[in-house]
Amino acid sequence: MARLIVIGNGMAAHRLIDALTRADTAGVWHATAIGEEPRPAYDRVALSTYFDGATETDLALADLSGRAEIRTGERATAIDRAAKTVTTSAGAVLGYDALVLATGSAPFIPPVPGADLPGCHPYRTIDDLDAITASARTAATGAVIGGGLLGLEAANALRLLGLDTHVVELAPHLMPAQIDQGAAALLARMVADLGVTAHTGTATTAILPGPGGRAAALDLDGTSLPAQVVVFSAGIRPRDDLARAAGLDLGPRGGAAVDDACRTSDPAVYAIGECASHNGTVHGLLAPANAMADTVADRLLGGTAAFTGADSSTKLKLLGVDVASFGDAHGRTEGALDVVVNDAASRRYAKLVVSDDASTLLGGVLVGDATAYAALRPLVGRALPGDPLALISPAGADTAGPSALPDDAQICSCNAVTKGDLRAAIDGGAADVPALKAATCAGTSCGSCVPMLKTLLADAGVEQSTALCEHFTRSRAELMEIARATGITTFSELIARHGTGRGCDVCKPAVASILASLGNGHILAGEQAALQDTNDHFLANLQRNGTYSVVPRIPGGEITPDRLITIGEVARDFGLYTKITGGQRIDLLGARVEQLPAIWARLVDAGFESGHAYGKALRTVKSCVGTTWCRYGVQDSVTMAIDLELRYRGLRAPHKIKAAVSGCARECAEARSKDVGVIATDKGWNLYVGGNGGFTPRHARLLASDLDDTGLVRCIDRFLMFYIRTADRLQRTAAWLETLDGGLDRVRAVVVDDALGIAADLEADMAAHVAGYRDEWRGVLEDPDKLARFASFSNAPQAPDPTISFTTVRDQPVPAAPVHLGMPAAPART
Amino acid sequence: MTAPTTAPARPAAPAWVPACASHRLQPERGVAVLLPGGAQAALFRTHDGALYALDNTDPFTGAAVLSRGIVGDRAGEPTVASPMLKHRFALRTGASLDDPAVRLAAYPVREDGGRVYVGARPL
Repeated sequence: MARLIVIGNGMAAHRLIDALTRADTAGVWHATAIGEEPRPAYDRVALSTYFDGATETDLALADLSGRAEIRTGERATAIDRAAKTVTTSAGAVLGYDALVLATGSAPFIPPVPGADLPGCHPYRTIDDLDAITASARTAATGAVIGGGLLGLEAANALRLLGLDTHVVELAPHLMPAQIDQGAAALLARMVADLGVTAHTGTATTAILPGPGGRAAALDLDGTSLPAQVVVFSAGIRPRDDLARAAGLDLGPRGGAAVDDACRTSDPAVYAIGECASHNGTVHGLLAPANAMADTVADRLLGGTAAFTGADSSTKLKLLGVDVASFGDAHGRTEGALDVVVNDAASRRYAKLVVSDDASTLLGGVLVGDATAYAALRPLVGRALPGDPLALISPAGADTAGPSALPDDAQICSCNAVTKGDLRAAIDGGAADVPALKAATCAGTSCGSCVPMLKTLLADAGVEQSTALCEHFTRSRAELMEIARATGITTFSELIARHGTGRGCDVCKPAVASILASLGNGHILAGEQAALQDTNDHFLANLQRNGTYSVVPRIPGGEITPDRLITIGEVARDFGLYTKITGGQRIDLLGARVEQLPAIWARLVDAGFESGHAYGKALRTVKSCVGTTWCRYGVQDSVTMAIDLELRYRGLRAPHKIKAAVSGCARECAEARSKDVGVIATDKGWNLYVGGNGGFTPRHARLLASDLDDTGLVRCIDRFLMFYIRTADRLQRTAAWLETLDGGLDRVRAVVVDDALGIAADLEADMAAHVAGYRDEWRGVLEDPDKLARFASFSNAPQAPDPTISFTTVRDQPVPAAPVHLGMPAAPART
Repeated sequence: MTAPTTAPARPAAPAWVPACASHRLQPERGVAVLLPGGAQAALFRTHDGALYALDNTDPFTGAAVLSRGIVGDRAGEPTVASPMLKHRFALRTGASLDDPAVRLAAYPVREDGGRVYVGARPL
């Protein structure tokens, strides 16, 4: 096999190896990547999400270790072009037939005094982010030098770390490379609302040390600005030292000079990404790096692909503000005209740059609302589909769409996927967005084109079914809206008016949950009883031998010795197996249907109530002991956990809801593995949402910081009610956040900033839930009709089911070996 | 519809087991009936009033829980879904809708004088 060595293991290297090994079906190449970072390639573009709760695992790119040799924690130290070898820091000398430089760039550190003080950091790698986090722990103020795209991401990171944050930009306005003065003015205003102050047209002349020798302030040409953490984001410099030492030609501003084949002055050596200089330009974005990687992959396999420059369009969310820039955003084309909507009141700025006869779209800038970006960007260089002003007026976003575009128009600029590629994939059987992503890579980088993918699927007649089941063509969220709007309170009426047939085990529990979320009395009242899954039907959890488990609520995991004794006595008297759960309570297993009321009666008498372990409802709010006992605690986590559990108990939802409260950043309650995770800070509470354990573990991500008690409860009220209203059936909060257009940012806009104006409504719904809460077990005990359902047999209500038998293991009863060994697979469901 | 209630009496008339008062059998909510000899039937009334009884034991898991399943329909065919792993069965025939090789025994049912009866032996 021919030997390919890739120096560098960032996103460009990853893309190259991925593309090459996919296409190299004959197995011509053996690829080796040498990366100095201690971990495999990760999504550097999404680096900032690290501060929003993403973990190293979330950032990881597809594992290529099975397709190539990935050497991590090792640097290439020299290239011998004559011998065709690369020497590494580990002392290895590796021969190559082709060499690719993918060394990326290094952050530019301005040559000001103090730039090397402790507390000063670049912003490029996961290690940098860890170092910034560590510095921020002992800091209250932070500054970012550089107000470009990455600088604003860094500013958001400092803000999320709790620092008073400033951005210093030498140019007259923020993001000078991408946007114009008008857009930047709005951006600065919106960023200021988040507590980040921008100082533009300002030079940093020195970084001043404080006590202990760490950074303390910036000297802004005479003015001092407190900054204990300083992040440099003042541009990048290609890392071309290896290329230089190897005698390769360099570009005018550094970088290995490459031709359209991405080949350097040595035909056996290529360069891609931010270390390459193509026609004198070093591209600092992902799309050109990907295009270069694809070019080299093709060339290595004998192809003739050429890199001819790349689209530098971007769409981002910076500090929660949508910003997009595409094509000739600055109107540098001869005779270009601007069409601008600058609505400071509703915080929207949109500019289109059009040709002198206003017939062709050349570029544009959007701030505040960038939804039109996906439709406008592919139109660059093409005839405008209508009046340019209409395209950027609030109602106009729909007038431009992918339907009218020709097949060669690029829909995904990150991965250079055209409409034709997507149509071919749809014709080839891709029936939904995930399938389209897998087939074409479209939408897998920045994701801004995903709405276009949906439109293309719809245009092709591929139905994106959100139908609940064969009985309802509507989704759960739609049925929820129908029930809310019409006041329908029974399944029979709902299916008669909005469905067909008599329902099934999919739609009935889903509708039962909707009706319960809207507050329709006891879940076993009237017709509702027949809708419930067996767990809800018997207010207990069905086990494999037909018995049930009983879980009384133990709010926050706090329990008195007397109550513990009661649970022990009940278990002993009814012969139940006991086990401590992961949610800080006690599970009593092995109860027969006819025993349930007697067990509940004992528990209810002792002051217990249902723990809703059986329901798609709030389960527990776990807690650590907090300030009451813990030497490290900074807030009273137990009281908060109990308050939250008592507030949300019985709340029916699309899926179960788990929560936890930790009394300090050590996070002993594991709150970030919960749907709602609360972590104490010195100033209050940080609220994380969207975590879960299970088959696909997810860390919760930060929704809001430093809330006081009232603010925390208000935020959770709104979050949970928004989830209940809009999520799909059996969709945990993590999956809901992933499928929601706009994701966590959208939720933050609705929940924290009340973007939809429904916050008061959501809070009122929650208030109604809290006021209407009744213990479901007590509800059965007090109603003879409901009580009559808890019979083993209709003709022998107290006769034990003869098929249930127990054996003893470790002094406790467990189901005797079932008749059928092993559990069969559940039937496949769509 | 060939409801089991209309099944002709056999020469040796089946022993009918009184299951419950009619008003106790609510539409789409099953009950379990203990039969002589220890067998169990799951008895259902569908929305249109028709009565069905099947073996109460879920053949896929061995647990006697079918009466606690959700009653509905698949393309108009009345069904019950086992609460254990959600396998569905046709109420008319006992046939599994997930595995053609599996069929539950069906029992005769009749309603008379305000009471519902299940046959002591399957059809």
